[in-house]
Amino acid sequence: MTTTSVPIFADESWRLPSRGTVAMLSLIIGESAIFTIFVVAYIYYIGRSVSGPTPKILDIPIFMTVCLLSSSFTIMVAEHAIDHGRMALFTAFWALTMLLGIIFLGGTALEWRHLIYIDHLTIRTNLFGTTFYSLVGLHATHVIVGLMMLSIVLVFTLLGRINQSHAERIKVLALYWHFVDAVWVVVFTVVYIVGR
Amino acid sequence: MADQTLPIPSPFEVPQTGTAAFLEWLHDWFVTVDHKKLGILYVVYSLFFLLVGGFEAMCIRIQLIIPHNTFVTPEVYDELFTMHGTTMVFLVGMPILFGVANYLVPLMIGARDMAYPRLNAFSFWLTAFGGLLLYFSIIGGFGLYGMGSAPDIGWFAYAPLTAKAFTPGHNTDYWALALIVSGFGTLGTAINIIATTISMRCKGMTLLRMPLFVWLMLIVSVLTLVTITPLTAAQVMLLIDRYLGGHFFDIRAGGSALIWIHFFWIFGHPEVYVLVLPAFGIASEIIPVFSRKPIFGYSAMVAATVAIMFISLGVWAHHMFTVGMTSVGNAFFALSTMIISVPTGIKVFNWLATIWGGRIRFATPMLFALAFLVQFVIAGLTGIMLSAAPWDWQLHNSYFVIAHFHYVLVGAIVFNIFAAIYYWYPKVTGRMLSETLGKWHFWLFFIGFHLTFDPMHVVGILGMPRSIYTYEPNRGWNTLNMVISIGAFIQGIAVLILVWNMIRSHRSGEMAGNDPWDAWTLEWATSSPPPSYNFATDPVVRSRRPLWDLKHPNDPDWKYEP
Repeated sequence: MTTTSVPIFADESWRLPSRGTVAMLSLIIGESAIFTIFVVAYIYYIGRSVSGPTPKILDIPIFMTVCLLSSSFTIMVAEHAIDHGRMALFTAFWALTMLLGIIFLGGTALEWRHLIYIDHLTIRTNLFGTTFYSLVGLHATHVIVGLMMLSIVLVFTLLGRINQSHAERIKVLALYWHFVDAVWVVVFTVVYIVGR
Repeated sequence: MADQTLPIPSPFEVPQTGTAAFLEWLHDWFVTVDHKKLGILYVVYSLFFLLVGGFEAMCIRIQLIIPHNTFVTPEVYDELFTMHGTTMVFLVGMPILFGVANYLVPLMIGARDMAYPRLNAFSFWLTAFGGLLLYFSIIGGFGLYGMGSAPDIGWFAYAPLTAKAFTPGHNTDYWALALIVSGFGTLGTAINIIATTISMRCKGMTLLRMPLFVWLMLIVSVLTLVTITPLTAAQVMLLIDRYLGGHFFDIRAGGSALIWIHFFWIFGHPEVYVLVLPAFGIASEIIPVFSRKPIFGYSAMVAATVAIMFISLGVWAHHMFTVGMTSVGNAFFALSTMIISVPTGIKVFNWLATIWGGRIRFATPMLFALAFLVQFVIAGLTGIMLSAAPWDWQLHNSYFVIAHFHYVLVGAIVFNIFAAIYYWYPKVTGRMLSETLGKWHFWLFFIGFHLTFDPMHVVGILGMPRSIYTYEPNRGWNTLNMVISIGAFIQGIAVLILVWNMIRSHRSGEMAGNDPWDAWTLEWATSSPPPSYNFATDPVVRSRRPLWDLKHPNDPDWKYEP
């Protein structure tokens, strides 16, 4: 077969978006659809339980919410720190972010304990129980997954394996954490404000 | 200024021999992260399930060939049509199209692999085990009669039939779990394709220079993100109901069967476009090459596809006109469904304009693509008929609906899948498929298709409902059902010819060379089969038809691009 020479223009600049950001944004779009379905089911079933406890028994979890939402700010500080190579600051705020996430989960655990043992609301009690535990539980699952990924980064940071060159990957991971926080705003509004 | 050569050079790989070589070869297929091998695995897996799903269709048609037939029991018949639908949509349609995309997208955009090769392998094995899990129900899902049974709830699994009280045993759980598992596989592949097309394009491959197949796969993947996930969410709800005693679809506790129907079709209708848009992409690659003209209205094609993606998310309730919605709801979904025919029509006219005045080569891929054009227009017309709510009230759940969606799924999608197999088989294996067997395959399949699905419209209008086990001899459906069944067997024979053709040509087919069809996209620039790294040097692109530019240095496309 004959070969032909093709001119190549090497001086053209060629930059493409980071594949990590693109993939994480795609995942977030997909996850949003899952949450949308559960939120729609929750709203559709408000006030349709035929027996058992109603959403009136819920207490607004203000402290938990403040903790989770401020973890978005602490992780932003951590992102900024690793951008500038200030690893001590990064480690501190990364750990703080995880701590806030753990406090949030602890709050959920206490809330559920109260609901189950004091108010006798389980997932099989009535429609409210089914939709409440599945929607809030779905979000809590995402917090747990997020904490797992954050803790992997923390372990490697403490081992000294993470440095400024990982800033982009850290930001992709932080994107997921921001998403988990943003979803809580929706879940909080629907479950504790609109639904009550 | 550097120089690039055509063909892009690829050193020889030394083949191994001996018994250890076989294990080495097998191990290689199991652990591979190469997008081409995974693409082949997807396609082989789907073709296997095409034969399984086809076998189930044959059993259905044997049962319906004469009235009062007792070829299978009613219970088995329910399992057959449930498994036929689930298999064809989830284990054949999506994996084969995502498999073709897996193989082609990196090659077409001049990349060495997908953005996430290991995620790619993970997605494939999820999909594969999802399929195995579904079929494991036959031995593992202890059913109503104390023995293994396949799911028998229809592929849309309407509540409350899926409740524990009405469907005891585990077959429904196998169905839900299998679809969740393969759904996550599909989600992973969709994310991978988006990241690949956005972030892995070779130098000069701007978005508006990407081949239309890549464009359509990008749009399909975005659509998949918001289509598969509602199904996953609904399946999770179903499992919460069945295992944890939840009440999502439990009517006695205030739950709603209606919301399952909504959730299912929020997935179910865009799913049709997830399947048909890649088929459009295949047609958009094949029709220009065999008409010897560039595609007509490239940017209109892209815009129409984006429009289809958005509109397809707002039409789901046209599956639910007989559920009893408000008049406003009926009118909205009737109109949105009719509007979607506008961008679709744009596409059809663009393909026609591409063929118009071209120097057409009637090779097998082109024959399948041309048959697709005709059949897709008919499928679209019956679709518009069904989108009118009063017409749908009359024909809902009749064989007319079966005929309509098989015209889309077989007449459009399967025909394009066959076109793709004939078109890209030389690239994948290095050998041509036999044109003689290909023509036999095409004509038998074409005739079988029309014998099967044209009379189905008529029996539907005569009142034959879908999913029925048998029928009375005095309804006037006897001859038509006989013809439908005979057509189905002819299609079965045609598919067996394809399988034989693929096996035979793999050993003794004519050598293909790098570019047997004189095509213009980048996958034809490398050797057949491509080396594991695709391109020895990264390609550089200056127009929509990079190979045209290479072959015609005196008259390159980029001179005419703005």
